[in-house]
Amino acid sequence: MLRYFLSRLLRAVLTIVAVVTFAFVVLRLSGDPALLIMSVDAPPEAVEAFRAAWGLDRPVWEQYLRYFVQVAQGNLGQSMRDGRPALTVVMERVPETLALTLPAFAMKLLIGIPAGIYAALNRNRLADRLTMVISVAGFTVPSFVLALILVLIFAVNLGWLPSGGAESWRHAILPVITLGLSGAAILARFTRSAMLEVLGQPYIRAASAKGLPWRRVVTDHALPNAAIPTVTIIGFMVGSLVAGAVVVESVFSWPGVGRLLVVAVSNRDLAIVQTILLLVAMTMVCANLIVDMLYGWIDPRLRTARAAGG
Amino acid sequence: MGALVALSGLTVDFDTGKRVVRALHGVDLSVARGEAVGLVGESGSGKSVTWLAALGLLGGRARIGGSVQLDGTELVGAPVRVLEAMRGKRIAMIFQDPASSLNPVHRIGRQINEALALHRGLTGAAARAETLRLLDRVGIPAAARRLDDYPHQLSGGQNQRVMIAMALAGEPDLLIADEPTTALDATIQAQILALLGELRRDGNMAMVLISHDLGVVAENCDRVAVMYAGRIVEEASADRLFGAPQHPYTQGLLDALPDLDGPRRRLAAIPGTVPEPTRLPPGCAFAPRCPHAEAACVAAVPTFHLLTPGHRAACLKPAASRGMARERAVA
Ligand SMILES: Nc1ncnc2c1ncn2[C@@H]1O[C@H](COP(=O)(O)OP(=O)(O)OP(=O)(O)O)[C@@H](O)[C@H]1O
Ligand code: SF4
Ligand SMILES: [Mg+2]
Repeated sequence: MLRYFLSRLLRAVLTIVAVVTFAFVVLRLSGDPALLIMSVDAPPEAVEAFRAAWGLDRPVWEQYLRYFVQVAQGNLGQSMRDGRPALTVVMERVPETLALTLPAFAMKLLIGIPAGIYAALNRNRLADRLTMVISVAGFTVPSFVLALILVLIFAVNLGWLPSGGAESWRHAILPVITLGLSGAAILARFTRSAMLEVLGQPYIRAASAKGLPWRRVVTDHALPNAAIPTVTIIGFMVGSLVAGAVVVESVFSWPGVGRLLVVAVSNRDLAIVQTILLLVAMTMVCANLIVDMLYGWIDPRLRTARAAGG
Repeated sequence: MGALVALSGLTVDFDTGKRVVRALHGVDLSVARGEAVGLVGESGSGKSVTWLAALGLLGGRARIGGSVQLDGTELVGAPVRVLEAMRGKRIAMIFQDPASSLNPVHRIGRQINEALALHRGLTGAAARAETLRLLDRVGIPAAARRLDDYPHQLSGGQNQRVMIAMALAGEPDLLIADEPTTALDATIQAQILALLGELRRDGNMAMVLISHDLGVVAENCDRVAVMYAGRIVEEASADRLFGAPQHPYTQGLLDALPDLDGPRRRLAAIPGTVPEPTRLPPGCAFAPRCPHAEAACVAAVPTFHLLTPGHRAACLKPAASRGMARERAVA
């Protein structure tokens, strides 16, 4: 068991190292930040001074090593725009993003899971077909389209809600609904197929044959088994809590991590972009670890396999 | 007293969405208290569907017709509440694949407790004690240490014993054992069958043993019904059926049995397979595979002939009429 988790932990660290490296390579090789940040007609000496100040005149591998050592020490560099520590700049935005993604996450679970279960239990009936049509629509329509539709209806036509900005909680409603609906659609489909798979298993028929009322067959025997695959997709959703709102934040001018990322990328503010990527990688990896532990908790077969040193 | 369970004219239609397919064409079969009845036939002949239909376990897409009477109470069309109260309590069922018939995420002790709480209102220490007794009864060694195991930690044979213990929890009048040993190896198979026989005699419990193995049925049952393509084609006491089989299908099944004590015979499996319910041939469903088929066989579905009391066969040319009733004994 311990060996299992140590190996998972090692994998998690390697994932983060890979992400950091990848981000570094792609960003450094794709253009000269000095030229982008400084105005075009800046004197060459000023550009050189900027390069020297940020270490951009060193060979790439040296920049990489330096950067890596700094990251390991918890120093993620400064924003090239205003010179503040990148971590501070990014962390300021995290609560803003969570203000959207956490309620949206709750919405995904509260709508998606019951809808999927309901559809599976009414397979091929009208209720199932209807749920699935809505669900397919929900995740084939890109979120910016959904966002624009919601804005058209609730902001432009009805005038009930603001179309962008972050001045009050009312500004959060449309972005949260946009995020929540598409996630709920995905989760509903996933839950439905997990349930259908489980409902076809011999132990479900055996539980009925035992005399259990159908309601209890569903709650005591089907749901715990259907939870196993569903946890995976929920894990993905947890992993995207920090950076899963890039598009929606941009559409609604919401000052979260996603919008910061878009701005930082177009400005080539390397420290910021790298910090965000690192943060995203960390949340993904943490979500994965949590999913892994949940698996072991829900599925006794895995627990045995791991105890045996898997 | 009438039969404990009487199926009459039992039909099952599956609604596949595009069309309705009849899988069971009017099955008549009764089981007396304490009796062991065998139900044999090749894969797809409708053995499982018959008893799943009787217990109302086929799900929403199956339409069930005819009658299933349990001690005089009609079960076809009965309210769900009546069916749930009957399942496990009056009629219990165990299945072919024990490993996947137990819920993988629950401990076996809990799964047995569930049945005890349901049928006998036992909880807590009383339930635990009874679970232990049942596990012991079905021959699980060191039962106390097994209570907290999960199904995947037990062997196939042990899982089937757990299934049997679970079935016994409701003290049923009838146990339907649907190919209970098919997934197990030969030694375990014999042990499980012996256990079932013992439990049946001790508890005066009736049993329906479903199998495609005539040998298994011969050793464990009083009476045997042979099924083909959704119909019973022959029914007789076990002795009669083996001594003087009348239907060519039954004869075919017997010929395919390896004969261990007699001189070695050629193993003659019946050529061809059971037709799908969607493409049943006209008349006698066995005609395309029958060595004795003639024009009349295709014209109409043969009805039952009572050959001797308790022995019936649905064939236009039963062995007796072919003058070959003793063919097997002579050959
Ligand atoms: N849910 C279902 N929907 C449609 N057809 C079904 C369904 N269940 C069974 N059938 C059909 O009914 C026929 C009888 O099946 P059944 O399972 O009773 O056979 P069996 O005699 O038990 O065979 P086996 O020895 O393989 O268990 C088969 O042709 C099968 O395809
Ligand atoms: S009715 Fe005809 S085809 Fe059918 S089993 Fe008898 S002899 Fe063969
Ligand atoms: Mg079967």
